[in-house]
Amino acid sequence: MKTYAEINDKIKSGRAVVLTAEEVSAMAKELSPGEIARKVDVVTTATFGAMCSSGAFLNFGHATPPIRMERIELNGVRVSGGLAAVDTYVGATDCNPERPAYGGGHIIEELVAGKEIQLEAWGKGTDCYPRTHIRARVSKETLNEAYLYNPRNAYQNYNVATNTTDQVKYTYMGTLLPKMRNAAYSTAGELSPLINDPECRAIGLGTRIFLCGTEGYVAWNGTQFHSTRPTNAHGVPTAPGRTIAVIGDLKRMSTDFLRGVYYEKYGTSLFVGIGVPIPLLDEEMAHRVSIRNEQIESTIIDYGDGNKVLGMTNHAALRSGEIIVNGQRVRTAPVSSLAKAREIAAILKSWIERGEFLLTEPVRPMPTGTSLRGLEEKEC
Amino acid sequence: MIKKLVLSFPVDATDRPLVYDLIRVHDVSINILKAEIQPGKTGSLLAEFEADEAKINEAIAYLNDNGVLVSPVSSKVSYDQERCIDCGNCVSACFSRALTIGAPDWKLRLDPERCIACKLCLKACPLKLFKIEFADM
Ligand code: SF4
Ligand code: SF4
Repeated sequence: MKTYAEINDKIKSGRAVVLTAEEVSAMAKELSPGEIARKVDVVTTATFGAMCSSGAFLNFGHATPPIRMERIELNGVRVSGGLAAVDTYVGATDCNPERPAYGGGHIIEELVAGKEIQLEAWGKGTDCYPRTHIRARVSKETLNEAYLYNPRNAYQNYNVATNTTDQVKYTYMGTLLPKMRNAAYSTAGELSPLINDPECRAIGLGTRIFLCGTEGYVAWNGTQFHSTRPTNAHGVPTAPGRTIAVIGDLKRMSTDFLRGVYYEKYGTSLFVGIGVPIPLLDEEMAHRVSIRNEQIESTIIDYGDGNKVLGMTNHAALRSGEIIVNGQRVRTAPVSSLAKAREIAAILKSWIERGEFLLTEPVRPMPTGTSLRGLEEKEC
Repeated sequence: MIKKLVLSFPVDATDRPLVYDLIRVHDVSINILKAEIQPGKTGSLLAEFEADEAKINEAIAYLNDNGVLVSPVSSKVSYDQERCIDCGNCVSACFSRALTIGAPDWKLRLDPERCIACKLCLKACPLKLFKIEFADM
């Protein structure tokens, strides 16, 4: 048994042993969880994928005379006017329907890159905010605050997508060819944060993480947090389960790990890079982070036909480039970046090794016993 | 006009007699120059379409609707490697396996020889990094 304080003392003195989740999974072929728990202090996990439930809070500062911005556009894209006078939230999928290929995700990336964004806003004019219209150019230099707040990221074990119809389907899981000519998966497998801590023993409110190139925090359980999915023999949920809400300073992020994207006929989104350190507090945690791709099973969903479940597969099979679905050989490809996820896990590892990044004990654990409600259409 | 086109389709792409429909319904005369069929995999057809431009375009739209991809011959595909994030979205769409990603480094690779200029990667890349130049339109 180790405590957070003991692990942090080791980090501060540069003695902490840190491995990436892939490295520890390889080590687990030779060593038992007990041996790993004694040898290793921290394991770094990571993912880099499109996460639509992302966005940024911005504060523009007050002009003279001041305006209460009610309708707000950034580079012609309407963003939230539902906050106080000069605050907004840019959602990754915000867009102008007439130019759907550009949206919130791109605006956030451009802000991170230091580019100027055209702001235009309108208000009705009030006694305290007399002005009704303003145009200005803003950038991360001019904004008071700019922080990313993503309500749902890093899904635990997202589905595998395929398409049995005879039409191409354009989805947020990419282009799905007719008659199961491909299947797409969007999970970093054994490197994925919530796969390595499947019950959220270490990941909780206040967990310090890598977020898009800088430090960030787990702010809350993510939306659609489902903690009662069935699990397989290795304790991993076999359908999309837990999620995290994350927060971090946009001004310090890097476009290496944050990208605005557009999916054909779907819309815009944001690629978000997340790295989560897992402390090996005991043998049980060492056992969890030893998980290997072949032990992670995911559900295959037909995105062409009403999200029908077509079967199960595992991540070793997905990475081999071919799986079998209903007796048919189906070509697989990822739609999130393993190369980038590895880069993130390696960077986080080096921050911890150098003593620059300490671990935080959750200030509140994640909820338990939660499931998902659908939307019932009641008459009003 | 005559247009030289590559048609790419899974062998079992459709139950409809496509070529028959093209000739009968769309009034296009077709001269098949080359057919390549790998059992259980994709097939491709190099063909000359002869009709007026509107009819050829209709025929192409009809083929696309039936999961057949149509592209002019002699094209050059490339992507912006600097901006690429190795996400794999283009690989997923590229059924001719010109684009691949995998162990050990999971970085995108392009084998232009295998490209059949279907243009699916142009739409599939969420960063819109692909360019295709046609030598023969
Ligand atoms: S155009 Fe793109 S998707 Fe089509 S074969 Fe060539 S590389 Fe592959
Ligand atoms: S889809 Fe675009 S960004 Fe993703 S691997 Fe292909 S070229 Fe790179």
